[in-house]
Amino acid sequence: MNTSTTPLLQIKEVTKAFGGIYALNEVSFDLHEGEILGIIGPNGSGKTTLVNCITGFIGLNAGEVLYEGKKISGKPPHKIADMGITRTFQIMRPYYSLPAYKNLVIPLFSPRAKRTGGWRGGGKLGDRNTVSIDILEELGFERESFVPYKMASNLPTGYLKRLELARCLALNPKVIICDEVFSGLSMSEIASMVPLVERLQMEGITLIMIEHRLRELFQVANRIMVLNFGEKLIEGTAEEVMADEKVKEAYFGSEEVEEVMAHA
Amino acid sequence: MNASKEQRRKERLDRGIKVRSESIYALMSWRELSYLFLPRFVLIGGLLMLPLVMPSMYWQRVISIVCIYALLALSFDFLAHYVGLVSLGGAFFIGTGSYIAAILNTSFGLSPIFTIPIATLLGAAICTVLLLPCLPLRGVYFAIVTLMYPLLFARVIEALDILGGTDGIMGIESFANRWMEQYFIIAMVLILLFGTRRLVNQDIGLVFRAVKDNDQSVRASGMSVTYYKSIAVFIAAAIGCLAGAYLVHLYMWAGLSTLALDFSILPIAATVIGGSGTLVGPVLGAFILVPISELLRAFGTLRIVFYALILLAFIIFRSEGIMVYGQRKYHQFEKWIKV
Repeated sequence: MNTSTTPLLQIKEVTKAFGGIYALNEVSFDLHEGEILGIIGPNGSGKTTLVNCITGFIGLNAGEVLYEGKKISGKPPHKIADMGITRTFQIMRPYYSLPAYKNLVIPLFSPRAKRTGGWRGGGKLGDRNTVSIDILEELGFERESFVPYKMASNLPTGYLKRLELARCLALNPKVIICDEVFSGLSMSEIASMVPLVERLQMEGITLIMIEHRLRELFQVANRIMVLNFGEKLIEGTAEEVMADEKVKEAYFGSEEVEEVMAHA
Repeated sequence: MNASKEQRRKERLDRGIKVRSESIYALMSWRELSYLFLPRFVLIGGLLMLPLVMPSMYWQRVISIVCIYALLALSFDFLAHYVGLVSLGGAFFIGTGSYIAAILNTSFGLSPIFTIPIATLLGAAICTVLLLPCLPLRGVYFAIVTLMYPLLFARVIEALDILGGTDGIMGIESFANRWMEQYFIIAMVLILLFGTRRLVNQDIGLVFRAVKDNDQSVRASGMSVTYYKSIAVFIAAAIGCLAGAYLVHLYMWAGLSTLALDFSILPIAATVIGGSGTLVGPVLGAFILVPISELLRAFGTLRIVFYALILLAFIIFRSEGIMVYGQRKYHQFEKWIKV
């Protein structure tokens, strides 16, 4: 992680209000190339709103988002995705009427995938069906048991979460913003996701991870940022964040945090 | 509900021949080949034979009208089921196509060979541009806007007395002969039917279906939803405008009745009867509904009553549509099993 160069993504005093209530109030932070930034915060603290603001799904009231030094706030979501900033949805949004592998044919049809060749495509995109099954197999969709061919509506949550991630990877992204990819998964499913996230980082993909599962997040994240009521409380390493009084106050009563703190 | 019935349920299993004929091995036996191609041959052969079986002028005219409605139903089903845009735009498309073809023919003296393709493409472009403002919206907006345009244009034409006003544009060239008239539209129905069926299974067709399923995901995948919706609307409008341009040369007249709401509503009824999402179903639905409406003419004003009863019966007893029901019977066994 090299902090001296210009950050990959700069979020500058982003403010978003829904009818007088500030979902985000002058939130600023930088994302450096190759790192994993964890964002935590109690429910309703504005985490998903932040994702929506960065990826263009909702507009900002004030502030700006810079990507590689260029302003991206105000652009439509498909343009931002085309530049390489992809996201998963907290409530999974697969194409339920299509089989899993056809779900990936759609992002592979996008201009960015055609240009970059998809994940590990190296600039050349092969047959979309083959490429999509390869990506799915890489993410743990067992080809032998025909999981990639199953209808998305028949897949359990664990696979759907990975399908969300696969949709991002199909675009060959530079940044993936994961909105709670661990939530709703069993311990063993999370255990298989953690190495996957680490592998993505090794391949040079920068990640923002929004999580409630703190223990797993602290395993993978290089830095943690805490949001509360739309404001940034603190930013730092996991130990720094957990030692902070304001964070303890925000999370007061949360058993998991107390447990993690006890370990820290 | 009696008690014995509750202990059983219907089980459906794919026929072995269906599974076999899905793969390349279908080529190895005549039985499987015919299983695969018979329904298609019945449809294609049936449509091509129709003008020969019914050579009277009256019934040939009915066949032409049926084909127009079949195209509209096809366009409706494509938009509604594969792109998620419920369109009431039949009248809009027919009106645009027919007025353009009429102007091209009377003012520029172009023959139907040129007016029909130009009216199809130009009309589709105009319709798409006019519908562009409501494409980023979801829900009923598209249906409402498509419904408003024909009403608006009809009143504008009436009030300003342009484009022939209430009299319409007369003296439009007809087709060279009635066989050409018949086979042109039948060929168009077949080509567009199989064409759209192929399209929705291509990769771009998958994108259309994805837009219907989850447009946020399509956005997150770096593709503009509005762009793909407008392509789909262009295709659907082109099908409708083609039907409109043909209608003008069939009647040798373009007028306010080409903007009538019949063109918007009847295709929906045909889709309900035929089975939505099958593409071929709506075409069959049009081939059932329109002739019924003709046969019922003998009953005078009671016609609408019978018509409504038939529609009601279909919606209550076969709401899935003929084609979905037929496909199931063709492809699957059904048997009662004890639970």
